[in-house]
Amino acid sequence: MSGRMIADKVVKYILFASAIISIIIVLAIGFFIFRESIDAWTEIGVSEMLFKTVWRPGIDQYGILAMIAGSLSVTFGAILLGVPLALGCAIFLAEIAPEGVQAVVRPAVQLLAGIPSVVYGLFGMVILVPLIRNIDVPGNSGYGLLAASIVLAVMILPTIASIAEDAIRAVPENYRHGSLALGATKWQTITRVILPAGKSGIIAGVILGVGRALGETMAMIMVIGNSAIMPRPLSSNPLTFFLSQARTLTGNIAVEINYATGIHESALFATGVVLFGLIIVVNASARWIIRSQKYVEKAN
Amino acid sequence: MDERSSEIALIHKAQALNLKKEHRRQSFWVALMWLFGLITVSILILVVGYVLLKGGTAINWEFLTTPPKGGLSGEGGISTTIGTTFYLVGLTLLIATPLGVGAAMFLIEYAGEQSLGSKFLRSMISIANFAVETLAGIPSIIYGLFGYALFVSTLKFGFSLLSAALAGACLVLPTIIRTTEEALLAVPDDYRRGSLALGATKWQTLYRVVLPASTPGIITGIILSVGRVISETAIFYVTLGGSYRMPTSVMDSGRTLALHLYYLAMDTRAFDKAMGTGAVLVVMIILINLLIDFVSRKLTAGVRRVR
Repeated sequence: MSGRMIADKVVKYILFASAIISIIIVLAIGFFIFRESIDAWTEIGVSEMLFKTVWRPGIDQYGILAMIAGSLSVTFGAILLGVPLALGCAIFLAEIAPEGVQAVVRPAVQLLAGIPSVVYGLFGMVILVPLIRNIDVPGNSGYGLLAASIVLAVMILPTIASIAEDAIRAVPENYRHGSLALGATKWQTITRVILPAGKSGIIAGVILGVGRALGETMAMIMVIGNSAIMPRPLSSNPLTFFLSQARTLTGNIAVEINYATGIHESALFATGVVLFGLIIVVNASARWIIRSQKYVEKAN
Repeated sequence: MDERSSEIALIHKAQALNLKKEHRRQSFWVALMWLFGLITVSILILVVGYVLLKGGTAINWEFLTTPPKGGLSGEGGISTTIGTTFYLVGLTLLIATPLGVGAAMFLIEYAGEQSLGSKFLRSMISIANFAVETLAGIPSIIYGLFGYALFVSTLKFGFSLLSAALAGACLVLPTIIRTTEEALLAVPDDYRRGSLALGATKWQTLYRVVLPASTPGIITGIILSVGRVISETAIFYVTLGGSYRMPTSVMDSGRTLALHLYYLAMDTRAFDKAMGTGAVLVVMIILINLLIDFVSRKLTAGVRRVR
């Protein structure tokens, strides 16, 4: 075999090795986070951790239910605010906006995606929190679920909007022509033909947005208040729920990991395992929806 | 007869009314969609505008060129954090780029090869694709936790640039792999066939023909990754240590711009300095977006020329 043939073979194996690296990283992440959390699961107990709401490392209380509730509540708030805006934006970009307007809005959405989360957090601290503090409810500090949901809604907007826009654009032109030819208005075409046809891509976009929301860390620490308590309404008005402080799973890890030792540190890794599990389920369901749609398209 | 024609007239009238109603409904919703587009742009202008205007007043030559003094009032500038940011970006990409480009080349160029008939290799490739997708969805604090467990504790690299860069490389790896894959797929197959027909080996073809043709796409991936490392905070919060001194080796602790902003806002409450740091970050991100736009425009121009 000549030299260049040998080089060819060697290179192939080097490239193969680098392709395998991502598999190794995924396995290593799962392995190390789980290994470090084993002490917590065995010594504290699985149900004790998952279903107790008291998190006080000082007196060996390690319930993470409050943080699970915090993460889910803020994600719910962000979805409530962010999804209508993101979908409206996607429909606008794909179906309504003239090209000149698209050339302004699309880069704006891209730039929103690129702004560092600490900048959003800082903006929330300086603008949103003082505004929310003006709402006259006893115990309202301004920091809490409302501020965090607004910040998070803006952060997931670009993810959802760009995936939903792609899904809408992927609907075949024939569908539009057919509907318009039947005498439907443009808006009827959008709501009754295009959106149902692009449904699965749009849902996948929303789910991926949920994944991003669950994983956001620094901006949440900065505006959510970080009290490790179950979020609850501050007064008899149930809407004051959103003025409650909370702590997310991500925030729990980041705030305490640098000084935690022993079982406390292990409990933080257990928090990471729960977060990792949630994200895997969320992302897998988005992928599953996208896949199943592709099969349907092929079958047609 | 008369009855019938009046009936038809009535139906026409009803249809016209219905159409009018539909058109009114349409104008309402279309106006609302315009409003949503407008709101999105306004949010961007509000956030970016506020940070730039407010932070701009804190920025001057002294702020940019003196190191932070530490302490509780957040005195001093940001020079060492700018230095550390570039240091970390360079180190992270030095690790991630060869791995990412190599992985993408294997996944695209070798995946369909006949000699790869073995079941083992085939399944490895599909598992690798699945792994890349999984990595792309993992939140950054998990990478931080992983970096803390493996690089900081187990391998004893401590809170250092090396630990942070290794964890950061895991974060940007999927970005580099995906953009490189797209760039490779965009290279016409004729190039490969032409080169192979001239007697070049597969690697010669890849190295001398395919890789140069896909360079702009790969560069886009690298610039995207630069942006992600600059904005990333959670990973570096738990792996980089946070010293505000300029690191002199890869084993030193450090503090990036984004991390500095976080410490200023949360620990010292020096909001004006934090805004100044935020303004520098936002300017960097805007420049990076412009650069990506420029490169990808070049890319499409290149493809057009080829055709």
